Amino acid sequence: MRGITAWGSYLPFRRLDRADIAPLAGKGGGRGTRTVASFDEDPTTMAVEAGRRAQRASQIVPDTLLFASVNPAYADKTNATAIHAALRLPPSAGAFDLGFSTRSAVAGLLLAASGRGTTLVTSADIRIGRAGSADEAGGGDAAAAIVIGDGSAESPVLAEIIGSASRTVEFIDRWRTPGDRFSQTWDDKFSQVTYAPLGAESYDAALAAAGVSRDDVATVAVSAPTSRIASATAKALGAAKTLDDLSASVGQCGAAQPALLLAHLLESSSPGDVVALVSLADGVDAIVLRATDASAAATDLTSPTVAEQAASGARLSYGKFLAWRGLLEIDPPRRPEPQRVSATAAARSNSWKFGFVASADPQTGEVQMPPARVSNDGERVDQMVERPMADATGTIVTFTIDRVAYSPSPPIVFAVVDFDDGGRLPLELCDCDEDEVKIGARVEMTFRCLYTVDGIPNYFWKARLARG
Amino acid sequence: MASHGIKDQIAIIGMGCTRFVEHWDMGLDDLIVRAATDAYESAGVDKSVVDAYWFGTAQGGMSGITLARPLQLQNKPVTRVENYCATGSEALRQACYAVASGAYDLAMAVGAEKTKDSGYQGLNAVPVPNDGTGRTLTAAAMFSMVVPAYGEKFGVSHDDMRTAMSHIAEKNHHNGAHNPLAQFRREVSAETIGASPKVAGDLGVFDCAGVADGAAAAIVCRAQDAHLYTDNPLYVKALSFVAGNGSGLTDRSYDYTTFPEIAACAADAYEQAGVDDPSASIAMAEVHDCFTITELVLMEDLGFSDRGSAWQEVLDGRFDLDGDMPVNTDGGLKSFGHPVGASGLRMIYEAWLQLRGGAPADRQINTITGERNLALTHNLGGYPGEMVSFISILGSSLG
Repeated sequence: MRGITAWGSYLPFRRLDRADIAPLAGKGGGRGTRTVASFDEDPTTMAVEAGRRAQRASQIVPDTLLFASVNPAYADKTNATAIHAALRLPPSAGAFDLGFSTRSAVAGLLLAASGRGTTLVTSADIRIGRAGSADEAGGGDAAAAIVIGDGSAESPVLAEIIGSASRTVEFIDRWRTPGDRFSQTWDDKFSQVTYAPLGAESYDAALAAAGVSRDDVATVAVSAPTSRIASATAKALGAAKTLDDLSASVGQCGAAQPALLLAHLLESSSPGDVVALVSLADGVDAIVLRATDASAAATDLTSPTVAEQAASGARLSYGKFLAWRGLLEIDPPRRPEPQRVSATAAARSNSWKFGFVASADPQTGEVQMPPARVSNDGERVDQMVERPMADATGTIVTFTIDRVAYSPSPPIVFAVVDFDDGGRLPLELCDCDEDEVKIGARVEMTFRCLYTVDGIPNYFWKARLARG
Repeated sequence: MASHGIKDQIAIIGMGCTRFVEHWDMGLDDLIVRAATDAYESAGVDKSVVDAYWFGTAQGGMSGITLARPLQLQNKPVTRVENYCATGSEALRQACYAVASGAYDLAMAVGAEKTKDSGYQGLNAVPVPNDGTGRTLTAAAMFSMVVPAYGEKFGVSHDDMRTAMSHIAEKNHHNGAHNPLAQFRREVSAETIGASPKVAGDLGVFDCAGVADGAAAAIVCRAQDAHLYTDNPLYVKALSFVAGNGSGLTDRSYDYTTFPEIAACAADAYEQAGVDDPSASIAMAEVHDCFTITELVLMEDLGFSDRGSAWQEVLDGRFDLDGDMPVNTDGGLKSFGHPVGASGLRMIYEAWLQLRGGAPADRQINTITGERNLALTHNLGGYPGEMVSFISILGSSLG
């Protein structure tokens, strides 16, 4: 039976304390925190991070990559292709976008469940709202990646998809005109009374398709536009146990919300458990799963878990939050802005730029970053071999803080990194405060957007402190 | 295969150098005309007798026409050269080789840069279309990484590093205060330098060279013809150049306490000039003090100081104007600012003044003797790990 063979989740490092909002905005905020993507992250880079974690947990190369976001970096151009390149999937794997609604990720899960082969379903969103709005405080930034297929001996199905059902209804709940920055919502009481009975109907239909009853379900996860709608619907489902929707620490993560909660749900279940995901977005989609015996080993594969990530991170000021989302314009250094990426140059260096694949000299073992055709001693031409470095860890040899160079969020923290198995590269550091950087600190690689010019995000890799 | 050099084959017979400053009222053409006219007058030659030109500018314009048009040269060969911040030195190097080859009798090197029309801070390179994976750091940030690396390797405390760097800036501002061509003509105290706001890492504003507009020019001929034009020419003893292969950025053995390209360049220059002990033969040096820490490390890479000892010799005053080895007697990049295409020739201009006794009395060095009568100029471009290096050795007599 088809099911989930691996998954990965990604919560960005920074947290906005909702209590920090009202003192500046005069309203809004609330209790708890929300996750905040860094200035150098977008849905594509976050989907790559979640995808890398899912890949690490899986021995199966996907045939298809799906990517869902309500705020993708590109329109017209497919965003999934950058994820495909960063995950170093084979050219034969299709890469497709699902957008732009909050229902699109669950659509990916259902399509993958009813399809063939192995599909990697990624979803990611960065949620914003007007200063002081419910969307601003209640939103969250996250990515999730779910691998769905028939499994293999090495990568067995960890959760069988034993039933699903959908109910579709056209009504005006929340919407955004393409090009607008902020979403709008109707009276959420209207959404609540519309979703709750529809949720129960869809849930029962999925249970019937799975041949189980409400009593057989250990835990239900409800993915909803707001926490209030989620709890009203959960009541209507009569579930024994409802999964915490992470609204106190993470927030509502748009298209990524159902997949993130699905990862959290699977990490919270035991072998044999029947669990269900009920996703409310322009209708209701319910998926019923049964955790297999093989899932007992899953906790080792899915590190860090959603819960672990939700419990970590570091605070970000409200001012930085606004600046990072482009809602507060900070005076840039009086230095030229970068030029746009050359499409042709980027295409030629695809495997370095997106895949972080260096070269190595088979004779000396030296790693060359960026990859080179000629050996370091100049003696041998075109004899170098590929050396993937995305998962390599390294140590800071020396570092500096550049207060003058152009950056979307100055100053730049910059370090020379020696990788454990060879290779050195001067790299920009991310997700750290100036005073955290030290010679000898351990770092790992992460896929980021250096800057965007002419609508072209300049994707490349940065180092971040290994906080394991 | 060898680097034979052209020792004593070429003489500089005339030079010109504009004031280096923010010339809001002068464009590149004005700067070129000023420096070139001064050089013609200095050599006592008419423009028409100079056979060929090498024009150094990093971003002032493309092709030899950028020089030929403002000077209204009539059917002359003009080559525009660019080699990072060593561009001006490279122009001279090419002019010297052209005359040494026998192809021309008189050649002129002109370096000029108009940096202050960009509206940005610092120097800015025109970007080449690329894949977006290169570094975007400032030069200050790249050089700032040398400070902690040097301190750690040689056991020099943060305070001692700071004091040594401040001494270098204080010394160069002192020298520049006595130079009417310098941009900054005020003495600056070590306390002010040490307390200046940080630009990158441990480097503050006063650890960094400024930016300026300027131009300089030199006319060269065969050494045996020099006395047709002047009684006191300057002879070329060595012209050395090394373009690094960028390996320092990715080479794990590189430790940011030395610039290997410069050490290699120095070895070649000393070989060409027949210098065994630089401290015994060289009476002064103009070096590329883009940052204070750069000058400190250069003292070791040029062989003036043993490894790990330059910081102490700096503090002992060895490189001061009245020291045993005066360095940047004109005030250096620190006082002049750095019009990229002109700086290398500005360094040569100081050697031209000092070795021929033409420097003002309050700046004239007293280290020149019969045995010790050479000047060295050193000009670099790029960053630690990825650098070009130029060194000239010059003398006022043959042999």
